Amino acid sequence: MAKPKLAVWKFASCDGCQLTLLDCEDELLDIAGAIDIAHFLEATSKIEGGPYDVSLVEGSVTTAHDAERIKAIRANSKVLITIGACATAGGIQSLRNFADVTAFTSQVYAHPEYISTLRTSAPISEHVKVDFELRGCPVSKHQLIELIAATLAGRKPHVPRVSQCVECKLSGTVCVMVSKGEPCLGPVTQAGCGNLCPSHGRGCYGCFGPKENPNPAALSMKLKEHGMIGRQVRDFYRSFNAGAPDFAEESSSHE
Amino acid sequence: MPAAVGERYLIESPEPLVGALLLAGYRVIGPQAGDGAIVYDEIEAAGALPRGLTDEQSGGHYRLKDGDPDRWFDYVVGPQSIKKYLFPAHQKLWSATRTPDGFDISPAGDDYPKTAFFGMRACEIAAMEIQDKVFDNGQFADSGYGRRRANSLIVAVQCARSAETCFCASMNTGPRAQSGFDIALTELDEGGFLVECGSEAGASILGGLDLAGALDGDWEAALDVTRNAAAMQTRRMVGNVAEVLREHLDHPRWDEVADRCLSCANCTLACPTCFCSDVEDVTDLSGDHAERWRTWDSCFSLDFSYIHGGAVRPSTKSRYRQWMTHKLSSWHDQFGSSGCVGCGRCIAWCPVGIDITEEAAAIAAPLDVTGE
Repeated sequence: MAKPKLAVWKFASCDGCQLTLLDCEDELLDIAGAIDIAHFLEATSKIEGGPYDVSLVEGSVTTAHDAERIKAIRANSKVLITIGACATAGGIQSLRNFADVTAFTSQVYAHPEYISTLRTSAPISEHVKVDFELRGCPVSKHQLIELIAATLAGRKPHVPRVSQCVECKLSGTVCVMVSKGEPCLGPVTQAGCGNLCPSHGRGCYGCFGPKENPNPAALSMKLKEHGMIGRQVRDFYRSFNAGAPDFAEESSSHE
Repeated sequence: MPAAVGERYLIESPEPLVGALLLAGYRVIGPQAGDGAIVYDEIEAAGALPRGLTDEQSGGHYRLKDGDPDRWFDYVVGPQSIKKYLFPAHQKLWSATRTPDGFDISPAGDDYPKTAFFGMRACEIAAMEIQDKVFDNGQFADSGYGRRRANSLIVAVQCARSAETCFCASMNTGPRAQSGFDIALTELDEGGFLVECGSEAGASILGGLDLAGALDGDWEAALDVTRNAAAMQTRRMVGNVAEVLREHLDHPRWDEVADRCLSCANCTLACPTCFCSDVEDVTDLSGDHAERWRTWDSCFSLDFSYIHGGAVRPSTKSRYRQWMTHKLSSWHDQFGSSGCVGCGRCIAWCPVGIDITEEAAAIAAPLDVTGE
């Protein structure tokens, strides 16, 4: 049986999620053994044409050119999986969605007339059908390997949509919000990072985006009790997953 | 002096007792200060105990504070319970390897040394006894839990104070543990400890210590310690809660609490009796190896109630109601007792401070009106 053909694509992003794939040091040879890496510019200039069995897509759509490019990739891919906060929610660059992007370009560039960009930064799923979204900024190496292993085995990947609090409690991390009054997005954020910030005494920054059925309005009331003012609450939700609808709606209610 | 079951003694300090447990080959798990809270971990000497510390707890709030430096046990329970040892959060059940004509299964090892749980409060012991029934109901038994439990010794500490979140007195589970321990200590107001010997295993440990016999006055002083702790409790569970909840499944309070609830699952994971788990199979990249893992789960997660066609409890309202009615009402039908021991963890460790006693009282309120 021929090995499945994998392609990795980049849109508006920092390359960190692609690097997570390269960072799978111990497993990288197994991955290369199990699949035919046909298109992965971050790793190799050797390019094979499509169609592809699996496409991993990093980054958000921010230009008219990219909006067309993703359609071609979709048409050439049996399974299309988005990886990371940019591809699944628009990324940090979705901050533009709350402002006037032409005002930015006129401030930043000497010749803004050369800049051709869309008004918003959009997740891939706003443009084409996506088969699975892997969250995170960046994605977790552990979840990425699980996703690849599950896809190869034809089973559903084990990527729980529970809160970050579950990860904290399962690993015995003491809640930083309750014990220290640290502002934390954990109760409204999907688990998966490996408990990075709370295990170092910091609140969760929401890198993995909203959990299923989140209640950010109730959390925001508590954040204010912990001393945050409205603007800080707004900005707390406006980071890597600012464009995720649950976070975007909540942040906009604190303008 | 040799010790006997049911007898009471006096000791000056817990230090020799910890030493005797270690000498007898026990892994000693006890309270320690860690990351701003009392957590459970292995201790290698009584010096590791968080002597001189106390805690301040309320809804969604916990702070470790300096207390009387001479007092050993002036804090109450923290976010963790001994559930994490007896019913581990992640547990490999078995692994399998592909063979030319099928696959071989290897059972997972269960590395649990002889363990003494030191400093267990009455609510902790009550919770453990509830889990004993969950994991061996006479019909089905979790053999791993049974092995771990049989290999455990319990050294209780009778509470000398209550936190604002404690309500064990109204659940009849504390603050004095009447049974369920091998050894129990009461830290007396005048210093020193009254020791209760609860089992032969406890007697054999105590036999190696320099004990003095306790007099009736010492026992009265020990009872006063826990009476004072009970009198400090400001929260209580409404008396007829099992019936109240059963009869008010459509109470408007369920919608109201759902507006505040984050469905984050903290209450269930901090709860010392919640026992739900998920079982997941994982495979590696080659597809030649598979493992089956059991992990703590929660009725607050969507996938917990997922069956063919979708999740049964998509709304926060339905999840909160499921948790609370099971804990306080249908648990009686299932296991013959309440599932709540009044430890208050779900109140303190709820990020937004939802209070199970307050919710129960609100749902009970109309009954009180009609009962007049």
